[in-house]
Amino acid sequence: MTDHLASFTPGHIVLEIPAATEYVSFVRVVVAAAAEIEPDISVERIEDLRLAVSEAATNAINAHSRAGSDHRVRIECNLADDEVVVIVHDEGTGFDPSSVAALPEPEDPARLFHESGLGVKLMEMLADESEITSDEHGTDVKLVVYSSKRRREG
Amino acid sequence: MELVVHTHTFELADASRWSVLDVAGELDVLAAPELRQHVMSAVSKGQHHLVLDLSGVDFIDSFGLGVLIGSLKRVRLLGGDLRLVVTEPRVRRVLELCDLDRVFTLHYDLADVGPGS
Repeated sequence: MTDHLASFTPGHIVLEIPAATEYVSFVRVVVAAAAEIEPDISVERIEDLRLAVSEAATNAINAHSRAGSDHRVRIECNLADDEVVVIVHDEGTGFDPSSVAALPEPEDPARLFHESGLGVKLMEMLADESEITSDEHGTDVKLVVYSSKRRREG
Repeated sequence: MELVVHTHTFELADASRWSVLDVAGELDVLAAPELRQHVMSAVSKGQHHLVLDLSGVDFIDSFGLGVLIGSLKRVRLLGGDLRLVVTEPRVRRVLELCDLDRVFTLHYDLADVGPGS
């Protein structure tokens, strides 16, 4: 196993998809398959990354739709020996992550009047690192999942 | 994967009848509107006590969660209720991460859905 880890070659994968929600499941499959190449990431963490990337790709596609852009959405996947980094880039009109409304407490009946607002929260909770950079020219969402060894070492 | 929804009825110990929607597939941004349509259709037929059996769902995203929340709101406003059967650990984990296990009654099996649960 150690030899296998030592021989791991970092990789860089770029995926460009039409800005249509029909392609989100394809992104999930590709990113999960790419993350599996990194030998020291658990199945659970790959599943977490799969959902986080799915949320980011969906937001990117919706951003293009709102902006009336027919450009492609770009997803970059960087595989290193201790982490997988995914960057989802869109050319929408940008958004302020701090503008995502806080949700009422689960027991509050008003909670049922908020059907959206969980996507960004999920990305933050599922990734070891998440960062959203946005301006009027577009948004980059960076999601990082650490290897099992790096997580153990804190 | 395409979402598959089958509807049947289920009678609880107190003889109340619940409409059960068996849902299978990936409940994501693409499939969520389809499930919403099935729920709306049941509600429009006067079925206000619903069970969404998500045993066949292996992936859920925030849009899928949104449909669950919207469906609960809809039936509650009509004096009904909605329960969830969730067996897939990944789906259960996502619900728990978003504190929705405190919004919904989650069951492991349709047989566990009781009148007062």
